[in-house]
Amino acid sequence: MSVLIVAEHDNAGLKPSTLNTVTAAAQLGGDVAMLIAGSDCAGASAAAAKVPGVAKVLVADSAEYGASLAENLAPLIVKLASGYSHILAPASTFGKNVMPRAAALLDVQQISDISGIEGPDTFVRPIYAGNAMATVKSGDKIKILTVRTTAFDAAPEDGGSAATESVEATGDTGLASFVGQELTKSERPELTTAGIVISGGRGMQSGENFAMLERIADKLGAAVGASRAAVDAGFVPNDYQVGQTGKVVAPNIYIAIGISGAIQHLAGMKDSKVIVAINKDEEAPIFQVADYGLVADLFQAVPELEKELG
Amino acid sequence: MKVLVPIKRVIDANVKVRVKADKTGVELTNVKMAMNPFCEIAVEEAVRMKEAGTASEIIAVSAGGAQAQETIRTALAMGADRGILIQSDVALEPLGIAKLLKAVVEKESAELVILGKQAIDGDNNQTGQMLAALLGWAQGTFVSRIKLEDGTLNATREVDGGLETVALKRPCVVTVDLRLNQPRYASLPNIMKAKKKPIDTLSPEDLGVDVTPRLTVVQVVEPPARKAGVKVASVAELVDKLKNEAKVI
Repeated sequence: MSVLIVAEHDNAGLKPSTLNTVTAAAQLGGDVAMLIAGSDCAGASAAAAKVPGVAKVLVADSAEYGASLAENLAPLIVKLASGYSHILAPASTFGKNVMPRAAALLDVQQISDISGIEGPDTFVRPIYAGNAMATVKSGDKIKILTVRTTAFDAAPEDGGSAATESVEATGDTGLASFVGQELTKSERPELTTAGIVISGGRGMQSGENFAMLERIADKLGAAVGASRAAVDAGFVPNDYQVGQTGKVVAPNIYIAIGISGAIQHLAGMKDSKVIVAINKDEEAPIFQVADYGLVADLFQAVPELEKELG
Repeated sequence: MKVLVPIKRVIDANVKVRVKADKTGVELTNVKMAMNPFCEIAVEEAVRMKEAGTASEIIAVSAGGAQAQETIRTALAMGADRGILIQSDVALEPLGIAKLLKAVVEKESAELVILGKQAIDGDNNQTGQMLAALLGWAQGTFVSRIKLEDGTLNATREVDGGLETVALKRPCVVTVDLRLNQPRYASLPNIMKAKKKPIDTLSPEDLGVDVTPRLTVVQVVEPPARKAGVKVASVAELVDKLKNEAKVI
């Protein structure tokens, strides 16, 4: 058994999602190699070499990998695939974009978003927004998997010393090019890795009112999230969305403010350790999953909460 | 520009899904079905392109059982011109569906494929990427804005850090996210008109595609339930519980 991890990184370093993927790879057993495909990515490959459990780092440092375009990355993964029994990536927008393209080129039926490993060919994954858990067995020669990062702890960042090997780049397919990005800038922790998340829903009524949640987030060292309703209403950007089709989070505390708790939202946060809900509708489904529920008008309760936290 | 819109029939997004007692899957009998919500957004976008004069014809394609015809009718009522049903009683997987769609794209000489980023049943998020790979086309995934340029399509994608824009060489595959548009409801006259629009039926064999599943479903079970929590009476009590009972702050 030999595992290849397609790393998510920003050229300078690894994204946390890659460390969760290392833990999933370790559960499979066998040698673990990590592919760093990027442009000027020495920082990321040095970080990869330090992760315990990674035996080898393959580096493809070339301009065409700079923007992580699936059109350019998939041929590289295909070229390397024959040496591996399993190819893994995090089920982030990076992995979701790239891996199915590589899988199709290899004639493999990918298994998305695995949350458990039952054996070398058998995996557990949520379906129907997590309302059912499916155990599936793959008959393909190579297993291509994306990993639900909240289901696997992050591997340590330091302690390993993997050998680094450079691999030849596969060239620019010319199919797609990067135009630009608008990334949300925030001093707060990243939503998917934060220990505490405070999210607002339609009940917040406006984007300005999210400032109330931000003040609490700053007191607790929390990240700010949102329900689909709040994103659709334009209160906050898309990358705040927690849910079936947004981000999946599992912090120590998830605080849901003015969120009714549609199944699509619950799919993204119900694995949180402690769930707190504040909502004025006592029938709101969020209370069925909340460890602590407070039926109250958020415009009174949230400022009070801020005061109580000191 | 001929636009192909693959669509899927799924359990209605508002229905509470129940796992079958024999653990073979989820209960589908007597359950309300509907078009996958992301597919509705894809159909809407294609219809807007036709209204803007950039799309010449919209073909709605669905693969699955005979009842998928109803979903195709919905797309026709929204404004698609004709439908293709690829009828199969085998449970189809994304790779098999991508192969079927590739055959249809080639048969129809479609120049753009717009589809949902994922279906809310399997939550796989694979078909569009796989189709693009098999066609050797560019892919724009999780797209919230589309701008047609000369020879390219600029796609703004919803990514984990925010938004990213890529220029895709045409022809290409676009998978749509929630913020792309607000799908219309079909009007009664359009529902009546849709009944007269043609739907061709093909089989995987007609298209020369082997759709034998690669995965075996070992079991489908309910997720572990969360135990019921408590209601607190005040913010002070809440903070006290978090500090002293849950010990999380």
